[in-house]
Amino acid sequence: MNKYAERIYNGIWKENPIFVQMLGLCPTLAVTTSAINGLGMGLSTTAVLVAANIIIAALRKIIPDRLRLPAEIVVVASMVTIVDMLMEGFVPSLYSALGIYIPLIVVNCIILGRAEAYAMKNKPLISAFDGIGMGLGFTIALALIGGFREILGAGTVFGIQIMPASYQPISIFILAPGAFFVLSMLTALQNKLKAPCATNGSAKKKKKSGGCNGDCLSCSGHSQNTAE
Amino acid sequence: MVELLIIAISSALVSNVVLSQFLGICSFVGVSKQVKTSAGMGGAVVFVITIASIVASLIYEFVLDPLGLDWLKTIVFILVIAALVQIVEMFLKKCMVSLYNALGVYLPLITTNCAVLGVALNNVKYEYNFLQSVVNGVGTAIGYTIAIVLLAGIREHIEGNDIPHSFQGSPIVLVTAGLMAIAFFGFSGLL
Repeated sequence: MNKYAERIYNGIWKENPIFVQMLGLCPTLAVTTSAINGLGMGLSTTAVLVAANIIIAALRKIIPDRLRLPAEIVVVASMVTIVDMLMEGFVPSLYSALGIYIPLIVVNCIILGRAEAYAMKNKPLISAFDGIGMGLGFTIALALIGGFREILGAGTVFGIQIMPASYQPISIFILAPGAFFVLSMLTALQNKLKAPCATNGSAKKKKKSGGCNGDCLSCSGHSQNTAE
Repeated sequence: MVELLIIAISSALVSNVVLSQFLGICSFVGVSKQVKTSAGMGGAVVFVITIASIVASLIYEFVLDPLGLDWLKTIVFILVIAALVQIVEMFLKKCMVSLYNALGVYLPLITTNCAVLGVALNNVKYEYNFLQSVVNGVGTAIGYTIAIVLLAGIREHIEGNDIPHSFQGSPIVLVTAGLMAIAFFGFSGLL
């Protein structure tokens, strides 16, 4: 496997931002009311991630070390603004469904995490592949969670009826509490299978390899690890 | 007046920032181990969101909107919030040492709390005027404090219980948050 393919595999499977690193929980919970919303959110985040990674990697030698966080935030915020305007123009229905969560991609810790952990240290091309891998990992996770909630909560996937007509949708799954329940079942399953996951104790050693540099004390992974 | 009251109640309880808008989940799960620390976090969030919504709505009303620079709002708001947190921190360190010590590490963490940016963007989205923006900001922050203190109270009780192995750690916290979200649905009848 060459190093570009390795980056993509790494993002989708080995260090999947949601299932393994548990980053970016706000959009994960908020927009996964249906598979299409999850897919849309995932792809817009991917676009921002790839563009921000390329620009930050290209500028990595120019940005002074002390100013790197503000510089990264400006780059990410500019990319988000561009994606925001493109979506408003070309996919207005998705834009209104995702609403405020599009501009809030700025504070998604996956993006700043990859900028800090990868793009600041590597060349633009490989950083772009890192962004594609992480973005696809995020997209797949969001679409899966969204699809799961949509099946249970509405009996459809991508708007197509797949459950028999006699199925009574459990509508709580597309409401706010359902998001918490689905994510808790997912993390419980990871606990059970001892799969690596930043919020569970078993992943303590693997935590260092994650995209987040550990500067967010508020990250759910932190409290878990210090508690032990 | 009635309108302001409705905004306050709806932002604090009906569409609670954490439990129905999912903003600030990281700190909600991360800093809710003890009632005391979560109350400290809540206090810091109230403080910062109030100032941030005042400054952001002033900037929007007097700079961005008249100049037609509406599309720059995401960039401007995130920079303003980051700078603001720094300034508030320096000011408190010099002039109000006791409050600075009480807020401690939570203050710088708030920059990455999406609830702050979320409030500023929501104020623009709902076209609130200055007073409404401030009320919405304070209400949202109080809603955050209510939610995190309640969760911390429940978690302190969970500590002593025998939880199935798979659910130890974050899963049980998420289940608790889900049940709280159901309970908060009850407030939707208020308006």
